Amino acid sequence: MSLLSVQGVRKAFGANVVLDDLSLEVEPGECVVLIGASGSGKSTLLRCVNLLEVVDDGVIELEGQDITDPRVDADATRARMGIVFQAYNLFPHLSVLDNITLAPVRVHRLPRVEAKSRAMAMLERVGLQDRAAARPDELSGGQQQRVAIARALVNEPTLMLLDEVTSALDPELVGEVLDLLTALRSDGMTMIVSTHEMGFARQVADAVCFLDGGRIVERGTAAEVLGNPRQQRTRTFLSRITTGLPGTVQDR
Amino acid sequence: MADVWTPSPRQRERDAYRRDRTRRSGLAAAASTLVLGGAVVLALTTSPGWPRVQHTFFSPEKAWSSLPAVAQGLWLNVRIMLVCAVLIAVLGMLLAVMRTLRGPIFFPLRLFSAAYTDLFRGLPLLLVLLLLGIGVPALRLQGVPKDAVFWGGTALVLSYSAYVAEVLRAGIESVHPSQRAAARSLGLSHAQSLRFVVLPQAVRRVLPPLMNDLVSLQKDSGLIAVLGVIDAIRAAQIETATDFNYTPYVVAGILFVCLTIPMVRVTDWFARKQGFHGAGGIV
Repeated sequence: MSLLSVQGVRKAFGANVVLDDLSLEVEPGECVVLIGASGSGKSTLLRCVNLLEVVDDGVIELEGQDITDPRVDADATRARMGIVFQAYNLFPHLSVLDNITLAPVRVHRLPRVEAKSRAMAMLERVGLQDRAAARPDELSGGQQQRVAIARALVNEPTLMLLDEVTSALDPELVGEVLDLLTALRSDGMTMIVSTHEMGFARQVADAVCFLDGGRIVERGTAAEVLGNPRQQRTRTFLSRITTGLPGTVQDR
Repeated sequence: MADVWTPSPRQRERDAYRRDRTRRSGLAAAASTLVLGGAVVLALTTSPGWPRVQHTFFSPEKAWSSLPAVAQGLWLNVRIMLVCAVLIAVLGMLLAVMRTLRGPIFFPLRLFSAAYTDLFRGLPLLLVLLLLGIGVPALRLQGVPKDAVFWGGTALVLSYSAYVAEVLRAGIESVHPSQRAAARSLGLSHAQSLRFVVLPQAVRRVLPPLMNDLVSLQKDSGLIAVLGVIDAIRAAQIETATDFNYTPYVVAGILFVCLTIPMVRVTDWFARKQGFHGAGGIV
């Protein structure tokens, strides 16, 4: 059974249909990478899965449970997943340690001592154990994003959602975050990653999905989708990002 | 594409469930309001002293007969409020901006602003009113006005600017430094950054507390009555003095509330129209 099953999901903001009858299956332990232009619906899909947006139609099942049902406890459902945002979204008024222990203490009701030791273990894993007392604005972008990942991981989620987590980072800081995600991948974490880093997609993805017009146009292994795309739209997109130039006229 | 889409049966079921929940919570809200309201009314009207209280505070005839005098007094409150609000906004803004100036040259201005707010927030408004309204004319200086409304208004402006300056300062400091950096990077001067980038965001954020001060000013404008001017509250007091029926006070209160509510709603609407929602939303 799939860990996550997205079936025919639709989401529109006013007249702008962002997700249009989109379906996606994610197996336990799988790393699915979403690629596509800005506005293709990658972030909206992740936000819908995390119930930060209410879908207009369709079903999202997590471990077989329909989480789009309005009778479902959204907070309890969100607590089973971790999400990391492009802009880190750390709480600026809390120290690094308090950012990480907030949910374990308040949501999962862990004793503070245990929450703290888990948080320190997590910080050690992301290589920031010496910055536990720092405020987020004292850290570099890459460090902040690693804290954000630690904050999501400390709740032992069954699924990690990563929304363009390196897009706001300097190139030399991208590596430290991607290395962390690669390590996470080897530990068998189920992940959905939206990214513009094709190298990373090649390295870690079990499956690459190309989104366009609110649908998954093409799904396959990284070698298939990135190396030998079947769809014209995928080829156009890939040629644009690899050359950095708009696709040529005949490409369209 | 939007017009082709029709919700699936499952989605229609969800929508129906949500509508049902909305309807239920509406009913629950109405029921609890009715029960609570009913209980309060019942407790009031069955209390032994109610007929006496009703006659003293809620007498329709007295309300009607006192309305012209109270309304005339209210007109004075409104005029004082409007003029003072403008002056307070200007002075408050000046003080707030002074307080946020950086650099050693501006130290005296910063000090003045801090001392001013400390002093006038601490002093009771009534004392300022009496000092200015009775004390200053008593000095019998040449060319100094003796008008009670003038000195009352001055006292209100002095006190309230101190409060408003602090609210505005909080707003200014809440705008992220990156906004100022972006403005300066475009070549805008310090003053231009403040005027075109920082203040518009700051004021929008502190609009609700500024409304607090405006509404509070509207009521405190009645304190000028201690200088012998007839405002709504003083008019109500005069009406009351003939027969010890306090209904005119209630009339004044209702008129004040009637002024306040539209003012607050208009500001809320304006803030929303400006596209500022702040934190909130669906999650």
